Amino acid sequence: MPPWPKPPEGSWTEHYPELGTGPISFDDCVSLEFYELEREAIFKRAWLNVGRVEDLPRTGSYFTKEIAIAGASVILVRGGDGEIRAFHNVCRHRGNKLVWAENPREESAGVCRQFTCKYHGWRYDLEGRLTFVQQEGEFFDLDTEVRGLVPVHCDTWSGFIFVNLEREPRQGLREFLGPMIGGLEGYPFDQMTERYDFVADNNSNWKLFADAFQEYYHVPALHPQQVPIAVRNPEGGFTCAYFACDGPHRVVSTAGARRWTLPPESMYPIERVTRSGLVGPWETPDVGELPAGVNPGGVEPWGISNFQIFPNLEILTYAGWYILYRYWPTSPGTHHFETTLGFHPARTVRERVEHEVASVVFKEFALQDAGMLGGTQAALETGAVDEFPIGDQEVLVRHFHKVVADWVAAYRREALEVVS
Amino acid sequence: MSGLLPPEFADLEPFASTWCLATEPERWERRMASSMPELVSFYDAAFPRLDAAIEHCDRHPLDGLPADVERLLRLVHSLVLVSMAVEIFGQVKTVDSADAVVHRVKEPLP
Repeated sequence: MPPWPKPPEGSWTEHYPELGTGPISFDDCVSLEFYELEREAIFKRAWLNVGRVEDLPRTGSYFTKEIAIAGASVILVRGGDGEIRAFHNVCRHRGNKLVWAENPREESAGVCRQFTCKYHGWRYDLEGRLTFVQQEGEFFDLDTEVRGLVPVHCDTWSGFIFVNLEREPRQGLREFLGPMIGGLEGYPFDQMTERYDFVADNNSNWKLFADAFQEYYHVPALHPQQVPIAVRNPEGGFTCAYFACDGPHRVVSTAGARRWTLPPESMYPIERVTRSGLVGPWETPDVGELPAGVNPGGVEPWGISNFQIFPNLEILTYAGWYILYRYWPTSPGTHHFETTLGFHPARTVRERVEHEVASVVFKEFALQDAGMLGGTQAALETGAVDEFPIGDQEVLVRHFHKVVADWVAAYRREALEVVS
Repeated sequence: MSGLLPPEFADLEPFASTWCLATEPERWERRMASSMPELVSFYDAAFPRLDAAIEHCDRHPLDGLPADVERLLRLVHSLVLVSMAVEIFGQVKTVDSADAVVHRVKEPLP
């Protein structure tokens, strides 16, 4: 492995002087007060990814999304005009939760022609208009035109559906995503429709989990089993090829050797027979030329780029498949974790098995992160240590916590201005 | 009595009723409920047959597998999961996973 060059400043961290190089606090991961500020400053202001356009394949397809930290339940639905819209999941009559299946606290999905409230039977069409009121004559000055479902700002980018809970978002979605994330446009997410979805409730702050997926410094220590014991080097570290920050977003790229060129002992038997494993299928169908923005550092040989889209979305792009993570805060010390692995639909059993191997290996190592981070949360909550050194391989951790702090500070400033 | 698997894989019949499971949650639960010797015995019998099993399944279109061939594929999926315990961790449960759980809630079938 060549020594990947660092920026002229001498380090990735110093390339972004506003980040500083001193130790940082993780009080933002244990403080209830800070969690309450994140609710207002981040989750009620930022664009949040809630799904993919493939989740709403036809007119009347809908799903609901519970966004606990924002205290919101949102309906996403494809209308008769093909447009995807978002509404607060609240009936305008007596405030009942409009769409749910078995349990009003759980998300649901399906296809319908209209939404009918379970309570008094009020109906709304797929564009949110109030179309039926039982015994309408019993009401006083009821203007059905203004009693449609309350809309939520909704837009799509590269097939990803985003919502914004602010009354008037400060930025449009594309402006918010900026040029670096925008450079992913054209990656063939729409071809990778064979999906493996996972969920987990984890005993750690949402940012701690995201931190584990935006640095590879932890990999040799926490995941030594990623390489067979015959080739394991306990002293060996891991160096990433490229880091970049753009506004509130981040990316890290790593190099990747062609798997079939590696000596056989560097892989497990299951990987050799199935030609798949930790980094996915060794070979994937031709999906056309990838956009240059998928490898913004021009890393060669390129393996993976891992984009962290503020606040809680991460997309890991390989040449022929991708992984997506979302971290939904549920309390200062817990969050709900969602993952999707997307592949080109298998054409043969061999390809299906390749995808199965990648999905199974993914889960094994995600369980190690998930298991350990409960320990990180518990230890941070002791408050015994209040500052922590962060290395250059962890530059994105430093950036993430700074951006969160900056958004919270901006919110507090504005709140003070309103008061004074 | 006819078996659950294609006749060419009669040697794997002893494992068919245990490991021909359609979904990952079922396979995960079965792995966690098994002992290491049980996993090793399945792995030792099935792993040498893995490549042949995939070849056999691929004589049919993925969306049109005969019932016995689909059961063979389910057995292959189980072998993939069991290989993690046998080849990588040397124990039933993922090393250092503590009390964490990760649920697969959507997957292609078969």
